Amino acid sequence: MVTLAERSIVATAPPIVGARLDVREVDHGFVLNGEDLPVLEDVSFGVAPGEFVALLGPSGCGKSTLLRLVAGLDQPRHGHLVVDGEEVTEPDPSRVVVFQDPTLYPWRTVWRNASLGLEARGLLKQQRSRVDEALALVGLDRFAHVYPHQLSGGMAQRASLARALVNDPKLLILDEPLGKLDSLTRLAMQSELTRLWQTRGFTVLMVTHDVEEALLLSNRVIVFSDRPARLRADLVVDLPYPRHRDHPELLRLRREILGLLGLGGDW
Amino acid sequence: MTSIAEASPRRLRVSALDEPLPRPALLLAVAGLAWLGAGALVLSWPDVQELERTRLLGALALAFGTLQLAVYAGGWLFAWLARLGRFAPWLIVLAIWLTAWEIVTAKLDLLPLPFFPSPQAFVEVYTDDWRRLGESLLASLLLLFRGFAIGAAVGFVAGVALGWSKRAGYWIHPLMRLVGPLPATAWLPLAFFIFPTSAAASTFLIALATAFPLTVLTWSGVAGVQSAYYDVARTLGANSRFLVLRVAIPAALPHVFVGLFMGLGSSFAVLVVAEMLGVKSGLGWYLQWAQGWAAYANMYGALLVMALMCSALITLLFRVRDRLLAWQKGLVQW
Repeated sequence: MVTLAERSIVATAPPIVGARLDVREVDHGFVLNGEDLPVLEDVSFGVAPGEFVALLGPSGCGKSTLLRLVAGLDQPRHGHLVVDGEEVTEPDPSRVVVFQDPTLYPWRTVWRNASLGLEARGLLKQQRSRVDEALALVGLDRFAHVYPHQLSGGMAQRASLARALVNDPKLLILDEPLGKLDSLTRLAMQSELTRLWQTRGFTVLMVTHDVEEALLLSNRVIVFSDRPARLRADLVVDLPYPRHRDHPELLRLRREILGLLGLGGDW
Repeated sequence: MTSIAEASPRRLRVSALDEPLPRPALLLAVAGLAWLGAGALVLSWPDVQELERTRLLGALALAFGTLQLAVYAGGWLFAWLARLGRFAPWLIVLAIWLTAWEIVTAKLDLLPLPFFPSPQAFVEVYTDDWRRLGESLLASLLLLFRGFAIGAAVGFVAGVALGWSKRAGYWIHPLMRLVGPLPATAWLPLAFFIFPTSAAASTFLIALATAFPLTVLTWSGVAGVQSAYYDVARTLGANSRFLVLRVAIPAALPHVFVGLFMGLGSSFAVLVVAEMLGVKSGLGWYLQWAQGWAAYANMYGALLVMALMCSALITLLFRVRDRLLAWQKGLVQW
């Protein structure tokens, strides 16, 4: 694994102004086998530019649906999603999603996967070096010409992170990006995510199942109820980075959140 | 990281210097002697049947046997020659088979003529009729290429349209369901009547036979692309043109190649039938013509050429696939 010091590139890349996100009175649902299934109910919250917000909630409560709405992949039934004052109507490369599965295209090398966004927007010819930079940033520069099936799970997820970062997103949308990694890789990727976020300055909206992960990485933790998801709590985590998982404030917040999720007492 | 090392085991093995040089297989020398024996038998045992190319056949067998002995000897010096030893068992069997065939036909006349010609009659087909055979091969290839290219283009476009667009599906789907399963050969009588030339009719039939399997498989390939692939591209700013050309089609390519393989197979069948019934050239026509003259040796000769042609074309298709789908794991080796 490449250490922080080796990546001077992080310092040279210009910092970005993160996007401001406003979620206003959003309702959403699906029709499943002819039955209406409400998923989100009256969800409202705001995210300041450069903030790192974690979304926590029971499995299947609708957090990922909310992310798809923010990304512009789906339209809400009711309510508004506003990024930097503009209503979200379609996907935009300034709001990039990193999914739980790396979803790399198996027919493209790592480099060609990472260059996907530039290619789609016709910018690849002028900005080839940015692909190399992004791969260096996630420590995959030596694996640029390897096919995805030759990568380990952690490497594949880094490649998908590089694919997102090439586009200089103002808002990085993370849908359980570390959910399928082994615990050691997970720890390494957590600190890399923090580092990237701190140096680049984008806003992050991350869904996770892991309370500890949410507390280690984010400025704010938003807790959802069971489906249909409603806001249950909006907690500020005001601790300096890097954080230690045994910090008393973290432990207190952890207990509080687990209580909100219905796992109090025994924990 | 281990997975990357595993990906190129061949390269690792080549550099292993301590490995002893492979020794030439003794079996190859045995094969060479077997072929020399076969040649000697052909030349020394007088024919009962009246045949012209006995001396040529004998000479060919002797030359082939000598070549094998030379390869065996060279195997002590060059590793790549030694590796040819793996063909030895096949070569021995072929020598035995040639000898047996020669004895029961030319030497003892045990099998009824003209249905079972001798090996030298087989050789005679190529020495005396190579021009007509060559022309037939060329005609077949040309007709097949034209029909297959048109059918593949139409089938591919129709398949992508079916998988991608609901409106295209509305029009193409019923047509494909009705016409597709009908064997292309059922159109034969009508096609020869409708089209101005039999070549045009056959091209149409071959195209039809190619297009159907390709349409169905391209369609299922495009329809089966994970929606997550589209989500990723859309969030990165892709338009629908990019989604079709850079996501749907590459993702569907493995299916497309199965379709091309099946289409090529059915195009062979239609080619031969069309040439036998309507077109006045090509290997199918040659077979028919040879049968009219009871020239069974010519039929066997043309069959071998046809088999080699079909096999070569399938091999070519697999080569192209291996190149384009190098990213796939576990490809079948043809």
